[in-house]
Amino acid sequence: MTMRLTQGQFSFLPDLTDEEITKQVTYALDQGWAVAVEFTDDPHPRNTYWEMWGQPMFDIADAAGVMMEVKACRKANPNKYIKVLAFDNNRGFETIRMSFIINRPANEDGFELVRAEGPGRNVNYTIRSYATEKPTGARY
Amino acid sequence: MQEVAERTVVDDSQQITDMKVRYKSGVLKYKQMGYWVPDYEVKDTDVLAAFRITPQDGVDPEEAAAAVAGESSTATWTVVWTDRLTDCENYRAKAYRVDPIPGAPDQYMAYIAYDLDLFEEGSIANLTASIIGNVFGFKPLKALRLEDMRIPTAYLKTFQGPATGIIAERERLNNYGRPLLGATMKPKLGLSGRNYGRVVYEALKGGLDFTKDDENINSQPFMHWRDRYLYCMEAVNKATAETGEIKGTYLNVTAATMEDMYERAEFARQLGSVIIMIDLVIGYTAIQSMAKWARRNDMILHLHRAGHSTYTRQKSHGVSFRVIAKWMRMAGVDHIHAGTVVGKLEGDPNVIRGIYDTCREVHVPKKLEHGILFDQPWAGLKKLMPVASGGIHAGQMHQLLTYLGDDVVLQFGGGTIGHPGGIQAGAVANRVALEAMVKARNEGIDIWNEGPEVLVKAAKWCQPLRAALDTWKDVTFDYASTDSVDYVPTPTPAF
Repeated sequence: MTMRLTQGQFSFLPDLTDEEITKQVTYALDQGWAVAVEFTDDPHPRNTYWEMWGQPMFDIADAAGVMMEVKACRKANPNKYIKVLAFDNNRGFETIRMSFIINRPANEDGFELVRAEGPGRNVNYTIRSYATEKPTGARY
Repeated sequence: MQEVAERTVVDDSQQITDMKVRYKSGVLKYKQMGYWVPDYEVKDTDVLAAFRITPQDGVDPEEAAAAVAGESSTATWTVVWTDRLTDCENYRAKAYRVDPIPGAPDQYMAYIAYDLDLFEEGSIANLTASIIGNVFGFKPLKALRLEDMRIPTAYLKTFQGPATGIIAERERLNNYGRPLLGATMKPKLGLSGRNYGRVVYEALKGGLDFTKDDENINSQPFMHWRDRYLYCMEAVNKATAETGEIKGTYLNVTAATMEDMYERAEFARQLGSVIIMIDLVIGYTAIQSMAKWARRNDMILHLHRAGHSTYTRQKSHGVSFRVIAKWMRMAGVDHIHAGTVVGKLEGDPNVIRGIYDTCREVHVPKKLEHGILFDQPWAGLKKLMPVASGGIHAGQMHQLLTYLGDDVVLQFGGGTIGHPGGIQAGAVANRVALEAMVKARNEGIDIWNEGPEVLVKAAKWCQPLRAALDTWKDVTFDYASTDSVDYVPTPTPAF
């Protein structure tokens, strides 16, 4: 059994169809947010910087245009994690407002919890992705 | 021999301008002393306060307002000549407006302005020692309630504000676009460290972002704090590895002394916890100290509002929670329990809205129908994450999301741990209900009306959600609120 990475807004739901992704993108655009696509083969929970599939699409105002990029990214990275993000540049936010996974590797390898025992029952924990044991390109 | 000024001819409804008369030894009305200034022009740098006053029978409301201004600033019960050594006009708080309160014939809203120099920079203790000090026991008033405050930008800028804030918290947790999910560990007292960690692990593995110590879990004979921290961090790290998500557990560092609290906080940091918690009962100064510690140590600081209902709940006397929330945003905590509307604890929807706005907005405009009596610009202080906790369950998800929005931690303690399929199943039910509801809302579905159908649809493929809905479907806490707002919006006729 492989694990299921549950980062993002909708990982507990069945995988989103393209129609469902389009609706979420439409919502983001309606709020005035810029949509971005990012992908990775290193899903460690603290891997903040996934690879950008181009810059956030500040100037694309229709969901169809965004979906072309989503599909292109998926075609180029069929066996990696891909997420859709929405950036809000309004004062008081200036951060990510949406983030959900729209593509996953066929087998999700998951993580090992490495424990380094120390004095006084203290344990130093490290979370290590099984996938990143292999060099990039050979993962998944 | 000095001529004795005659006071009997003086109008007792106005400030006395003849200084000889004003400073004759004896007792004056507060209005005569200069604490009632109806034509006062409020300065941008003034601290403003709105008090609900209930004067004793026969006490004039303007005089009562002046008395509140006097007793919360420079006045004592009798005239003192030493006032004349100071620029006392400046230091006197000024009651500048008194309004009758709709539907409460014996109550009035008194507005009072305080000069900035009355307060020490960056000190909630100093601010509150004046504003809610002696004045609350003042005999000529039957009751007194601090309803709202306007903190000027000049004063706000002397406070740190939230150690982390909503934006940085989300970026650290890699968690966007939905409320965070938490649960308070139950039973709140009695579990050993090992058994307690089990509940933490199950809830986090099942899908929650956070678990939480309860307010009275400190270091009791059944579970000492170090034991709890060690087992909890094993649970947090294990659940993180199983899910690939950043998880946390609010380790309560509340203790008898600051030294103890610092020791506990340091240990939590050393173990890699992303969050610690404190209780409101530790006091304002201790809260500010921990907020500074949290900022220095990249720690999210959760505040449990233990004790607040002793003074926030009754409408006639005390301090409204929106003021406490304001003080806590200044003091620098990152999370605050702020009401659920639909759960087991006090919470009128309009009052809760005003409190949530106070926590989360960059600028909170005056809105009488939410209990917000002043414009409050927040001057760049970070945003404080409200926490909804107490008697809420998955079946209310559409109401919670509609009332409370995205930037909130929804805490389902009983609603997770009491699930018939176990703790993990309870967490799954809550997470699926939440994600399904956020998705539906974003798709344009009217979740207020169609939310129950959204849940039923998700429950078709999610057995734990189905079990949760079956267990708690009829549970509501439908009691009248004791703390409601006084003002309703007047519809503006359309032309």
